[in-house]
Amino acid sequence: MTENKNPNSQIDTQIDAPVISLDHLRVEFETDGGTVVAVNDISFKVFPGETVCLVGESGSGKSVTSLSLMRLVEFGGGQITGGKMLLSRDKKQTVNLSQVDAGTMRSIRGNEIGMIFQEPMTSLNPVFSIERQLTDGLRLHTNLSASETREKALELLKEVRIPDPEKRLRQYPHELSGGMRQRVVIAMAMACRPRLLIADEPTTALDVTIQAEILSLINRLKRETGMAVLFITHDMAVVAQMADRVVVMYQGNLIEEGSVDDIFTSPKEDYTKALLAAVPQLGQMAGTSLPSPLNIPGVAVAVKPVREVIDTEKKTLLEVKNLVTHFPVYGGIFRQKVANVHAVENVSFTINRGETMALVGESGCGKSSCGRSILRLVEPTSGDIFLDGKNIISLNGRELRSARRDMQMVFQDPYASLNPYMRLREQIAEPLKNFGLATRSEVDDIVRDILEKVELPVSFLRRFPHELSGGQRQRVAIARAIVVNPSLVITDEAVSALDVSVQAQVLNLMMSLQDELGLSYLFISHDMAVVERVSHKVGVMYLGRLVEVGSRSQIFENPQHEYTRTLMAAVPIADPKKRNISNDMNFKPIPSPVFPVGHIPENPIYEEIEDGHLILRN
Amino acid sequence: MSIFKKFLNFKGIIGITLVLCVILIAVLAPLIIPPEFATRMDMRARLSPPNMAHWMGTDQLGRDLFYRVMLGARTSINIATSAVLMSLVIGLPLGLISGYFGGRTDNVLMRLVDTLLSFPALLLALTISAVLGPNLQNTIIAIGIAFTPYLARLIRGEALRVAQMPYVEAARSSGATNSRLIIGHVLPNIMPVVIVQSTISLAFAILAEAGLSFLGLGTQPPEASWGLMIQASRDYLDRAPWTALVPGTAVALTVLGLNMFGDVLRDVLDPRSQS
Repeated sequence: MTENKNPNSQIDTQIDAPVISLDHLRVEFETDGGTVVAVNDISFKVFPGETVCLVGESGSGKSVTSLSLMRLVEFGGGQITGGKMLLSRDKKQTVNLSQVDAGTMRSIRGNEIGMIFQEPMTSLNPVFSIERQLTDGLRLHTNLSASETREKALELLKEVRIPDPEKRLRQYPHELSGGMRQRVVIAMAMACRPRLLIADEPTTALDVTIQAEILSLINRLKRETGMAVLFITHDMAVVAQMADRVVVMYQGNLIEEGSVDDIFTSPKEDYTKALLAAVPQLGQMAGTSLPSPLNIPGVAVAVKPVREVIDTEKKTLLEVKNLVTHFPVYGGIFRQKVANVHAVENVSFTINRGETMALVGESGCGKSSCGRSILRLVEPTSGDIFLDGKNIISLNGRELRSARRDMQMVFQDPYASLNPYMRLREQIAEPLKNFGLATRSEVDDIVRDILEKVELPVSFLRRFPHELSGGQRQRVAIARAIVVNPSLVITDEAVSALDVSVQAQVLNLMMSLQDELGLSYLFISHDMAVVERVSHKVGVMYLGRLVEVGSRSQIFENPQHEYTRTLMAAVPIADPKKRNISNDMNFKPIPSPVFPVGHIPENPIYEEIEDGHLILRN
Repeated sequence: MSIFKKFLNFKGIIGITLVLCVILIAVLAPLIIPPEFATRMDMRARLSPPNMAHWMGTDQLGRDLFYRVMLGARTSINIATSAVLMSLVIGLPLGLISGYFGGRTDNVLMRLVDTLLSFPALLLALTISAVLGPNLQNTIIAIGIAFTPYLARLIRGEALRVAQMPYVEAARSSGATNSRLIIGHVLPNIMPVVIVQSTISLAFAILAEAGLSFLGLGTQPPEASWGLMIQASRDYLDRAPWTALVPGTAVALTVLGLNMFGDVLRDVLDPRSQS
């Protein structure tokens, strides 16, 4: 136990026994295709007042491990087939969770082990008030009276720093923002003062500024109550910010375990090294002006920076002028228009040939709506879009269809953006057929060629999307986009759903395709570190407006707008020595972009502080 | 080859066998069994339980239930499949167009469907066959129209969901026309629901025909249909339960077979079900 030095935990963990200790845990799933081993052999301990981060990519078994601890894995068809999970209870009692009966388990679940789930939108029951959500568990596990549970619920909301707690008790989940909901989920998990808190990707679905708040909240609660925290994540930057100790998992096996400093400064296993290397870090690119491929150890990447856009080629490809997109909100008895969502508000920018322009911002800022408006997948309210001098807004249906040949899109969710009933060959060939670009005999050659470009084997042509991994599917989506030789590709969070190592590969592919084909990208993303890596130009969006535009180095090395700075400060740094999660939380909910009909927003006034570096001043 | 293999599981074999049996009976029975066997009355053997002479028993008029079930199969299957096909032919395009385009198109089409929905299906069928006159063809039309709004509503909901999927948007941005999107992308993805709903509808159509017959608008006595036989058994349930059990089992086995067949068909069409 002496190896567990926890410089960051204030409670001396050396004396205490572990809260939970996993011993050769093995979990299997019975499927039609035979037995699948989700967790092969996992052993680790979590001590009181300590945060252990369980980190790994999808399919590593980290979530299955946490569900096994709650014995919830059986509800999903899993079976604990070996090993022990010893939970220490009161009075030095320990109980083996892999063997206890259902009744005992119910008294442990929510009482001695609390759990926070990933998706705050779906882990609260929409038909119960916040009070009911909080008091249910209390009523089950304590014998407090009705008024006492209510008081306790109020206390819990105060503890998780929810503003107006009295009012919140009466509200329903849909009335709260995502960050607020996750606080309620945490309050629920904390209700019975658990000895162990399991947090399964608690911030993955949240914006970066809210993520910082939630992480600091979990840290504070841990400090105040001395509970043990098992934190499951795929994000190495979050690990660096949160962990005392780290357990790295890969395909159901424990790869490496160690203190957070050891893991980050001297990882022993190749897999850990690869995982760390694939994480793009904010600030890594300071002093350079061009995008550059990510390093993937073990994979020979020609680490050559993307070639500079040569001056003679510096022609404007896309010009967006005063783009406005509103979505009507209907209400009232006659379902008339009562308000407008100002999704995109007077946005202007240009993209040159062979250039990547990134749009960054938090959810709801209008970056996706902006991308979709350019393709006219949603109809813009006003403004002009010139692609290669042609005004997209003025085109009729047929002209628009053929204009879309020059601008293609790659979507976020690789699982939903491919038709499950079509083979890859048909998926990739479809744009060619739609635009009538190739004869039947040519199609095969073109599709093979494209598949090679996106580094997929030709044998994949006859496969269906479900037979592919997430990264492979995204390659197919890219292939489908570039098969018609577009000049502009709009990527809407195209790598957000992918594991870091896969993300790095797909980003490198996109950059090499840019180099080869002279593509321009409109790269829509929430991830500042990725944006820094791939873009020539960056636009920061907030509430439908572009608050700051400039070259990559201008934005990242000299951010001027207050919001840009907030956004950058909230990005977790993948270095345990640079913990930037503050303990004081500044609560600033993003205002609503919904305005009554007839609302005329102010015209934006931009100040140009440097060549091409514009800042919104109103 | 692989598609053939996918049918070969417990569900598939039972389902296909049952469906094939029913089809064979419907086609062959009238060719083999003289039609008067179903209508020949034997007043001395009224409501007799299964015995050597009538091995499935007889009904209240002493007619042999075995022959009636065999000969009634064609009428019941004919009416049910034709009616469901008809509701598909109208309901599928209606639902697809409504769900895919949304907006005003959807509003107009769905108000039309709602109007039809606001009448009880049987009442609607009754009105239609009363107006058109009672015969086999009009019974089919009546049931087909009565079933259409339910199917159209369901398909519209599914089409609405699928039309919003990113792969539809992706195909649109790669230049697919509306007809290509509807037929190539939306339709295959709603087929599972269409198949399941159709097989269930077949069962309801058999019973709806019984309802119409009972009111004198479907099959005309003394001709036999399964629905009519179930209706007629109503008064003798306590004394002669076999009068209901025989045609009831025929309906149940047909529906079971169709449901199993539908399930397997859905799995066969879904590329994700490959092992």
